[in-house]
This record gives sequence, C-alpha cells and structure tokens, in this order.
Amino acid sequence: MTITASSAAAAPTGTAQGGAALGALDTVATLEAFADTMVPGEKRHRHDRAVAGAAPGPGAVHAGAVTLLQLPELGVGVLLPELAALLNTEATAWALARGHVLLPSQPPFVALDFEDRTHLAGKLLSSAGLHQKVYVLLALFSAAAFDTAAHLHTTDALDKRHPGLTWLRFPAPGTDGFWRYPTYSYGKRLAHEHPHTTAGGHPA
Amino acid sequence: MSVTERTDVLVVGSGFGGSIPAYHLAAGGARVVVLERGPRLGSRDFAHDQRIGSYTRIVDLVQGDGITVVAGNCVGGSSVVYFAASLRAPSFVFERQGSLGHRLWPNALTRSTLDPWYDRVEETLPVAQQRWDQVPYPGGLFAAACERAGRTCNPVPVAVDLARCTNCNWMLNGCHFDAKRSMLLNYLPAATAAGAEVRALHEVQTIAPATSPGYRYRVAYTVLDPDDYRLSQGAGAVEAKVVVLAGGAMGTPVLLQRSAALLGGIPRAVGRYFSGNGDRVSIADVDEGKVGELLGLESSPGTPYEGFPVGKPIGSMSYDRLDADAEEFTRFSLQQIYFPGITNILAQATDRPESSWFGVEKKELRSRWRSWLSVLAMTEDDNEGRFGLPPATGSFTRVASSVGLSTLRYRPTANTLRGWKAADEEARAVLERDGLARVRPWSEVVGSLSAHPLSSCRMGDDPATSALDDRNELRGHPGLFVTDGAAVPTSLCVNPSLTIAALAERASRHIVEGAAESGVDVRYGAPAPDGSTAGRRGVLKLLNHR
Repeated sequence: MTITASSAAAAPTGTAQGGAALGALDTVATLEAFADTMVPGEKRHRHDRAVAGAAPGPGAVHAGAVTLLQLPELGVGVLLPELAALLNTEATAWALARGHVLLPSQPPFVALDFEDRTHLAGKLLSSAGLHQKVYVLLALFSAAAFDTAAHLHTTDALDKRHPGLTWLRFPAPGTDGFWRYPTYSYGKRLAHEHPHTTAGGHPA
Repeated sequence: MSVTERTDVLVVGSGFGGSIPAYHLAAGGARVVVLERGPRLGSRDFAHDQRIGSYTRIVDLVQGDGITVVAGNCVGGSSVVYFAASLRAPSFVFERQGSLGHRLWPNALTRSTLDPWYDRVEETLPVAQQRWDQVPYPGGLFAAACERAGRTCNPVPVAVDLARCTNCNWMLNGCHFDAKRSMLLNYLPAATAAGAEVRALHEVQTIAPATSPGYRYRVAYTVLDPDDYRLSQGAGAVEAKVVVLAGGAMGTPVLLQRSAALLGGIPRAVGRYFSGNGDRVSIADVDEGKVGELLGLESSPGTPYEGFPVGKPIGSMSYDRLDADAEEFTRFSLQQIYFPGITNILAQATDRPESSWFGVEKKELRSRWRSWLSVLAMTEDDNEGRFGLPPATGSFTRVASSVGLSTLRYRPTANTLRGWKAADEEARAVLERDGLARVRPWSEVVGSLSAHPLSSCRMGDDPATSALDDRNELRGHPGLFVTDGAAVPTSLCVNPSLTIAALAERASRHIVEGAAESGVDVRYGAPAPDGSTAGRRGVLKLLNHR
C-alpha cells in the first residue's frame, strides 16, 4: 500500500473509528496529527485538520515526517496503519473518559484538539506501557524529519530550503558538499587549567 | 551450506578492543581472522549527510528498558563514529568500590600500572593537546563561563590530526578527511598487513567447544545482508585455538548468554553490572546578549557566539569535580560536547514533565539552535544495568534501520541519582550564573542515554562480581578473552576509549601467551603499527620486572 501525504492533505479524511481498519488517508492524517504534536506548525490550508495550527511557521508535517516514516530504509512502513489505529484507539478512550465528543468525520486522534493531543501524547510517551517504545520511535522520527531532514540528502535539503533546517538556521556546506570552518575559535586562553593536569593534558 | 574453517585466533569485533589484539597476534605470527558485524567503509564513503541510510549504516541506537545506548556498527567499530576525546581515567577511579564495598578493579590495575599501556596507545593514535586557539567556539564559551564562575577548564586531549581537521563537526558520520585517529588508520591496516583477515557483515551468534583436535572453540556466524541487517545471506563457523571477544559492551555479554549452555555454563557476572559511564547530558539555551556582556566574546563581528554547529564535537572540560578525596558518587567531569540534530528532540524546553521536550515551546527553543551549548557529565554510576534473556540472533532485536530493542534493564540507584544531581547543579552553577544561559537536562523519556556502554562482562579479582580475571580471560574458559568496553569494571568519569584501548594493549600480551600455550607459534613484542618502539620499550621494562 502506498500512502501519500499530499493526497491526505488535500482531501477530507475518512470516518475510521479507533481500532477499526484505517484507510490510507486516515493513516496519513493520524500520523500527521501525531507529528504535528511533536513539532507543531501552521495549517497548510483552511480545511487542514491534521495540522492543528498551534504554532507559526513550519512543523514536522511540513518538514516531511510522513515521507520519512515511509522510507523503505527505515523499515517501519508496514507498521504504520497499525500504529495509526493504536493512536486512534487511545484517542477514543481519552475522549470518552473526559466526555469529549469527537467529530466522526475525522480519525479520533485528528479530531482531538491540540491540547488533548499534547496531553495524550505525553501520557503515551511517558507511561511504562507495552507500546511506549513504539511511540517514542514515532516521536524520534517525527522530530528527525524536522531537525535533520532525515529523508533527504542534507545538501539537497538545504538547496530546497527544507523548513526544519531553515528554522534551525543550519549552516551551508562548501561548494563540494562538505562542511569546513576555517574560522572556528575565539583564539585565546579563556580559563585557567586545573592544577593537577598531567603533561599530556589528562586529569591526574 | 555451512562451512567450518580453522584459524589460530578468532577475534569478534574490530573496534578498539578487537583491532589491538588482532594486530599483536598477527604481527607475532598467529593466523588471525576478525569477524565484524557491520559494513566496511572508508573515508570516501563518509559523507556529510543526515539522511537515513548514510551514517545510520555504521551506528546503532539501541533502546533498553530505562536506557538507550549509541554504539558503532562497522569495521573499526566505535572508533569510527566516536568523538575522539582521549583521556586517561583519574587515579581514584581504579580504587572505586561502588555499593559492593570492595575494590572493583583488579588489584593489578591502578592508574600508574596502566600508564605505560596508555603510552603505547598514544604512540599509535597520537593524542593531540589542543591549544586554546584550536578549541572551537562552544568549548571556548564553556571555558569562559567556567572561568567567570571561579572554576578551571581544560582543552580536551583528542586523537585527531589537528592539521587535517576542518572542524566540520561531522564525527558521528566517520571522518571524511582522515583526521580522526580511528582503527581504520592504524591498528587494522597493520593487522591486515601482518596477515589478519577482516570480514565485514559477519555477525557471530554462538560460541561452542570445537570438534577438531587441538582447537578449543567453534564460533558460528551469519552473513548479514548489506542493505538490511535483519536479513541473513548465509552462515558458517570458524574453529580457533583462542577467541577474543570484542563485540562491545552491548554485544559481548549477549553472545555469551546465548552460548551459555553450549559452553557448559558462564560466570554469573556475564550480562550484569552494566554501566552507562554515568553519562548525563544537558542543553544550555545561551543568551547571546549575555555572552557579549558578561564574557566579552565575539565569534564574528556583532555576534557573540552562535557557534553550536562549529568545531570538533568535544572542546573543553572541567576537572574540578574529579577530587580523589571526595566521597564516591559525588565526582564527575563536565565536558562541552556537540550532538547532531538527531538528538534535538531530547532537549527540554519547559518544566512541565509530560510535554517538556515536544510541542510549541520546544519548537521555539529550536529557533535558537545555533545558540545552544551542550554539556556531558560523566559520573560515578553504580553498575546497575542487567541484560535479560538473549534474543534469537544478534545482540538486540533490530526494528528499523539502525534502531534496535535490547533486553538491557537499567534502573539508576540512589547513588547514581546523587551523582547526576550533583552534575546538574554544577552545570547550572556555571552556566546559569547571571542569566548567561538556561540549563535543561535531556528528557528521560528514553531513560538515560549513554554513548559509553561498559562493564557488562567485567574484569576483577572477585569471581562473584567479575566475569574476567585480571588477564581478561573469561573465568573457567581458557583461551576465551574479552577486551572491549565490557571488560572495564566501572564508569570512568571521562570518555572511555583510551582506557578500553590501553586495557586491550595490556591484555594482548596475555592473549599471546594464551595462544602460545595452545600450540600457536606466536611471540609478543611487536612495535607500534608504524614501527615505533618507544611504547614497547616502556612496557617490556614493566613485563621484565613482573
């Protein structure tokens, strides 16, 4: 199965309930909503549900989180529908426990507001539950899309002004694609050294 | 089809612990085969690239229960991906007792008895003393903050050819410029020149008694698919008279656990007493204005710092809290270090424990990324890690490219927590003084994080708490040696690579002796890989006075 972030962004999402089989677009929307909880960004269009619009500028979704998760080299692509279903099951339980009514037109995690997504994600990531490690991986990969453009060669990502690397103000390489810093030091002694330092610079 | 071969010495792993004995044994005349789980890459392959599939081929992130460990996975092992800080362990470390109440290191080992072996290593991978004008901006900033807070700070000795180094900060990817002294540049080519055979993508699975007369052990391996390490392309076995285990502190104990029944039992201490070197990382969100105002620094006209991505990853370090007279579990070093963006998520932005490391404020913190400064505390932990039942193959269950799940469980004791708290307080005392920065320890959502796994199969004098004797031989298993970080008995309060290497140098003569006793025609006494002999003269003097 191929799922695409762009199609999900453009189309309204389906009606999957927690635990039920998800359509491709529901899977994408759910993963996007989780990634957006990790590194939030502004909505891509007026009807964007997956991206909550909690922060100005780009977030993990704009940075390519779903594309990264589907990289064959990562090896987690086949798990994504199941992972999205798990997230939606948790979201349904979260909403029920609090008497929140979720719009049935959205996957449950997408239907949560940003504050609920944040609290639920915090619980899933910090609890010692069976799936905690899986959620942590999902969080790490979401962030890696933003912080490192891990689905792109770094020089290409910088050429394309990747949103995350731009946000960090990641420095540019030389013309050969390698980084060098001919100027790199304050160039002066900035502290006294420990009196018990050996001739080789080691602690005694 | 399974093929059984024979050799004199079989070495498992090609990092510091494997390359050094491989060289000495081969140079002494033994037939040596080295089996390495990871791929073989060289400087031309080491790109400056954060794409999954580039550096992730050679480094693994292994999640345990309560701890996550970063470990090398390639020919050359962790020496290829390490940050080259090369420090001798402080003298008091060798006297540590932990919570067991007795000296944990073998009596034969002290700083002064290990110094000649450190000398030997430093002869081969020259350790440079950075001058202050060679310490990059982040190290300079940390030093200036220490000075202002009434502390001392030292440039860190690094195994780097400073003339070749471009201060690119891509050490985790392997050094493209061959400036970092990895095993690929010294011991391994020397071992190969002396006849050792190094086989990449060979993952050892079990060790059992050999069936051929005159051979002791039969080591079975699988050959890994270079594009997906979860898949196997074949299998085989090698019989050897001597086996040297150097698969790393995350690999060696697991391999022995899987082989326990085949070997007729293994020492109780195998897979216990794991140490993460007491590693503890904090991020400081530096106020650029205060850097200029309080420290008077300027990295470029009008910019005080913004130097986080620049430099060698490790620049400066405070030895102030390495006081031999202080109580155990209160001593640590504090080191300026750079972590690549892959770890950015772990920096905390707020005090809300649930969501301190992700969300809106965290994204805002990222906008000041170039003004981050990270510090690593290396503390005295309590060797509280323990491996569970081994997985069917390998040393952990690989779930994605470069990501695995380990059975290692780590629950910091009150002693370890005391050390971490003291280190956190010291980092704050130095860096938050007058609002210079805001210090945040990394989130513990993945437990603690260590790039320095140690002690899971350690040396010692007490059979109940050490798997190896003071010659690095596995108790009850003649001719089976362990020479990687697993053998180091305790956390070191400094980066461990030089100590692992020095212990491997020291063990090499015992392994040569063991091989000779097993009928191998081998002699100890090779010069340094480049032919230098000063280090050899130093240790031979020591050996002759035994």
